[in-house]
Amino acid sequence: MTRKGRIALKVAVWVACLAPFAWLAYRLSTDGLIANPIDFATRTLGDWTLRLLLASLAVTPLRLLFGLSWPITLRRLLGLFAFFYACLHFSVWIVVDHFFDWPEMLADIVKRPYITVGFSALMLLIPLAATSTSAMVKRLGGANWRRLHRLIYVTAILGVVHYLWLAKVGVVGPYIYGGVLALLLGVRLWAAARRLSEKRRRRPVAAGAALPNANRARARAE
Amino acid sequence: MLMRRAPQFKSSDITDFSVYLNRRSFMIGAATLALAPAAGEAAGPPVPPAGAPLKATRNPTFSRDEPPTKFENVTTYNNFYEFGVEKDDPARLAHTLKVRPWTVQVDGHVARSKTYDIDELIRLFPLEERVYALRCVEGWSMVIPWIGFPLAALLKRVEPTSQAKYVEFTTLHDPEQFPAQRKGFFSFSSLDWPYVEGLRLDEALHPLTLLTVGMYGQVLPNQDGAPVRIVVPWKYGFKSAKSIVRIRLVSEEPKTAWNKAAPREYGFYSNVNPLVDHPRWSQATERRIGEFRRRKTLMFNGYEDQVASLYAGMDLKKLY
Repeated sequence: MTRKGRIALKVAVWVACLAPFAWLAYRLSTDGLIANPIDFATRTLGDWTLRLLLASLAVTPLRLLFGLSWPITLRRLLGLFAFFYACLHFSVWIVVDHFFDWPEMLADIVKRPYITVGFSALMLLIPLAATSTSAMVKRLGGANWRRLHRLIYVTAILGVVHYLWLAKVGVVGPYIYGGVLALLLGVRLWAAARRLSEKRRRRPVAAGAALPNANRARARAE
Repeated sequence: MLMRRAPQFKSSDITDFSVYLNRRSFMIGAATLALAPAAGEAAGPPVPPAGAPLKATRNPTFSRDEPPTKFENVTTYNNFYEFGVEKDDPARLAHTLKVRPWTVQVDGHVARSKTYDIDELIRLFPLEERVYALRCVEGWSMVIPWIGFPLAALLKRVEPTSQAKYVEFTTLHDPEQFPAQRKGFFSFSSLDWPYVEGLRLDEALHPLTLLTVGMYGQVLPNQDGAPVRIVVPWKYGFKSAKSIVRIRLVSEEPKTAWNKAAPREYGFYSNVNPLVDHPRWSQATERRIGEFRRRKTLMFNGYEDQVASLYAGMDLKKLY
């Protein structure tokens, strides 16, 4: 991809990620027909948190399934925007729903399982957001950084469970998000299983630059 | 039965119907009704369909002196799963409901069972306007001036026998009129149809229980449960069944829709009770639609004086 193309793509994604927020702000300020604006805001922000999380988790499957590698340049952007919406979602809860009633909020976090998992998911996002920069990748080292950022899997699962546990019977949304998440994680599992089985098949031959005779001898011994 | 003293109430406190009805919500109302000549008078030509004026006398004994919720909120923020599970589905889709012809079958353990035509039912007793609070189990609430007459009047007329212990209400089941009742590949049924609700006989006979045919000075809009529903203001909103086609006196506790869907979360009684939490969320506070901050939920939704005696000696944590 050309440099201009990359910039254009990033700008487009920035606009796309900010659009829901702008649209929400617009609707809240102009539309008098929203009966429960706080609930509307919380749900919209929660929806986009999950969608952007899933979008960031779709990057690797796109490479695994279709060989596309350019989406990787967008993964950090998507992840950080998911964090952005998660913070807004949480802020509406603190400020508007409970108006900084800390004791009541703490009680909620402890007593209500759906809030417990939601809060935990947000907490897990913080170290991920904090270590999202290239400098941080260098500081932690690639392997450590990768291990830390596997937390995104737990976070996404907690996010879906949070929605599932607060929704009334009959609401389909949590199941759709859950289904997509299962798909995106499933692709990784499938790819990992495939890599594992290939490694097993190739091991005798791939063990260093051995002499051809030695290889044949080893193969015969299998 | 203890009656609360009538709240201080001036006729100037009654807000004009026109104040609630701004042009936009009028358009919503107009779009959901078949235009018919407005009648209004109780005795005379058939009662007009949803949206048209309905005359009733305010009953101050049973009315809250709180400002009613905006009409446009009451008609666009609804839980009416027959139309869909989103709050805006009923307003969007309610035009598919045909409120005429409509009958209500009143039978079971009664001496004089009868199937009423809706226009006949509306005229049985003088219509009252009552400003009730309605509290949804989800944690929001509204104040609504309903129009109807006490269910007790109808029940006494059909003469329940000694075997009648409960009253069962059945909502219309018609996939043609209720989109969410249709079977299809992508339709996930949220509840078992038809929607069934129930009350203990003494709850049904309580003066607060209102057989409701209108609100805000007009006939019930479709999305609010047209053409006839009940309103039981001291219980969570899902107990106030909508679009009723049958009222049956039975001897066993009815199997109600939400209790079947999630028995640990929705009990038969479902009295508004800030001390008994929903398994997944607290019931201590609620959001009054139109207000910014949450407010404390009142025991029996503020009707404790009138209904507490019905539950004397009952463990409300067990009988939720």
